[in-house]
Amino acid sequence: MNFDLTEERQMLQDTLRRFLRDRYDTATRNTILDSDSGMSADIWAQLAELGVIGALFTEEQGGFGGKGFDLAVVFEELGRAGVVEPVLDSAVLAGGLLADLGNEAQQAHVETLIGGGLHMAFAHGEPSSRYDLNRVQTTAKTDGDAIVLNGHKAVVANAEAADYLVVSARESGAVDDEAGISLFLVPSDAKGLTIQGYALLAGGRAAEVMLDNVQLTAADRLGEAGSAFAAIEARMAAASVAQCAETLGAMETATELTRDYLGTRKQFGRPIGTFQALAHRFSDLLIEMEQARSAVINAAGHLEEDRKLREINVSSTKNLMGRAGRLVAEESIQMHGGIAMTQEYELAHIAKRITMADHRFGDTDHHLERFIALVAA
Amino acid sequence: MDLRYSDEDKAFRDEVRSFLKEKLPKEFSDKIRKGQELGRENQERWHAILNEQGWLAPNWPASFGGAEWNAVQRHIFEEEAAAANAPRIVPFGLSMLAPVLQKFGSKEQQDYWLPRILSGEDWWCQGYSEPGAGSDLASLKTTAVLNDAGTHYVVNGQKTWTTLGQHANMIFCLVRTNKDVKQQEGISFLLIDMDTPGVEVRPIILLDGTHEVNEVWFTDVEVPVENLVGEQDKGWTYAKYLLTHERTNIAGVGFSQAGLAAVKRVARAEMAGGKPLAQNPHFAARMAQVEIDLMAMATTNLRIISQAAAGSAPGVEASMLKVKGTIIRQEINDLARRAVGAYAMPFASEAVEGSNAGLPDPHDAGPVAAQYFNYRKLSIFGGSNEIQRGIIAKVKVGGGA
Repeated sequence: MNFDLTEERQMLQDTLRRFLRDRYDTATRNTILDSDSGMSADIWAQLAELGVIGALFTEEQGGFGGKGFDLAVVFEELGRAGVVEPVLDSAVLAGGLLADLGNEAQQAHVETLIGGGLHMAFAHGEPSSRYDLNRVQTTAKTDGDAIVLNGHKAVVANAEAADYLVVSARESGAVDDEAGISLFLVPSDAKGLTIQGYALLAGGRAAEVMLDNVQLTAADRLGEAGSAFAAIEARMAAASVAQCAETLGAMETATELTRDYLGTRKQFGRPIGTFQALAHRFSDLLIEMEQARSAVINAAGHLEEDRKLREINVSSTKNLMGRAGRLVAEESIQMHGGIAMTQEYELAHIAKRITMADHRFGDTDHHLERFIALVAA
Repeated sequence: MDLRYSDEDKAFRDEVRSFLKEKLPKEFSDKIRKGQELGRENQERWHAILNEQGWLAPNWPASFGGAEWNAVQRHIFEEEAAAANAPRIVPFGLSMLAPVLQKFGSKEQQDYWLPRILSGEDWWCQGYSEPGAGSDLASLKTTAVLNDAGTHYVVNGQKTWTTLGQHANMIFCLVRTNKDVKQQEGISFLLIDMDTPGVEVRPIILLDGTHEVNEVWFTDVEVPVENLVGEQDKGWTYAKYLLTHERTNIAGVGFSQAGLAAVKRVARAEMAGGKPLAQNPHFAARMAQVEIDLMAMATTNLRIISQAAAGSAPGVEASMLKVKGTIIRQEINDLARRAVGAYAMPFASEAVEGSNAGLPDPHDAGPVAAQYFNYRKLSIFGGSNEIQRGIIAKVKVGGGA
């Protein structure tokens, strides 16, 4: 047993924390939130230069990390600072799938991505799929040498900025079959591809992606035809580790802000933290923080295990983070009072990051049911 | 014990229902249902429609031009209005200031200000909270000093969380007129024209992107002594009286019922695992749990309303209703965002202003996540839930009032 970070990861954590503390304060971030692109190209380039993106890929893929604890270290720091740049979407999700499944030609993009020169998005969810990974209505039909995609992808994060989209589509089987799903690498300027973008409540941007007879060839497919489900599920596991670590970092910030406020805000002639009614509730938050930290360690530590053990830990962690996150976000706002309701206060953004994380990759209810099914199987 | 409404109550409910069906513009109810801001002009139009009907001031005595409804009738109206997605009437003039003027104001003040509230000529906002005086309201620091001639108070200080202050032309304020006595004994109640030089309104943008509250700054603002309500230094008494009126409809039963109906509608349309979300055992259980709590609270609310109709003033029960009512409303807000899944993520900042064209919203649910965040205020404002619990404990455990 050893719960210490390796020297390399410790260095990465220190470097990233220092960089974000110096360069990503509330005012900077709020300016980015107000911008049309919803992200800073400058910050993106600097994150790449620091090796943040490279840390999310294995050595074989051209990076220097890529394990569960590499993701956890990076994303906890991104979460602590409320970073809205699409590291998760470009690198962990779409970039990860490309690295996992791509042939040599396709993998060439990974190097550009690690260098900060490429954006990507993963277009998988659909209006009626909710959180089911297997439910794909978008079709890919072979027509001579061509493969033709039709469908509607919902709330695709980072779609507007992406140079390439990784798009899931069904080549065979019923709408909810795991078999029959393929992935395609689609350039964002492909004919028939429409991207209707909008801002997200917790920062960043997403889009509805419409595929109307998008013409591809077999060379655009990632991996084998109809057999992408296992890779999608594994990538979602990695993305869930990243996202849970990010939420943990955001929860750290929320509790730190709340602790500071309880110590300085005075009402009735004394700091409000001296009222037992608040002090006990803050103690409960700290207890849940330890639970959350352990849950993230469980998910990260089992990411390289076999499928069942990995997924049990993903679902248990997503479920716990959904519950603990809601508690921390709501209680931090409540204990602050009105000030936390204002957009310019750091906690407002942090609370939105924590809460809205539960709307991606399955919410706390979804993962409770999934956990029940996994342990029964 | 009889849980049924009387025939008169039922007839009244029918009357309210047909009025809403006939007079509530669909454009307004659509906006409310979708969580869009109504805007000043529409607010004023709805105000005028109710005034024309004689239903604008349900809690005012008839002698002042009110409808003089009893508590059960008010409850019925609130329930029907929420179910029909009618706009909320801006309460600051009608249900907060007016009762204070009716009880403590001079004849001149009543004759001048009350008709202007009904006609909509004045839009009032409330100057209570300050940056350092939230839950501890009596610690407020905004000062009012009588000038040497005795004609004007000179006001200096800052108020905050002033709801819709950007639309208001008048503000009623608690100000400190005596620093040498116990906090509560040196406070006065002043009516201030916001066009007076030295008044400045600065917007506060809330975490959901809305502009509904403001800071109001006062720099050497001259207020005629005629605008003092009641006696100098007795404002705390009037403020407390006003707060009992702020607490009418505190349980928000109608809002919760309308909110739960919306959640059910979305849950029937949203698919999860190939079946409607409403059939998902886990989500169904969550909805049922809050519905069960709401059914009980609706009866608690009616029990307290019946006592009030019989003439006894709600005391600690109002605090209980506020705590339970906000817990239930906030749980429904949580379900509403949860129900739409990933479609809770898009940010409808434009939607709040009036248009959400281009935003995906497959079930026409509205900006449910933004509302979830906005309604965190329910357990903070009007005396936070912590303050309410303190009141309950003081009365029920400590034995004091």
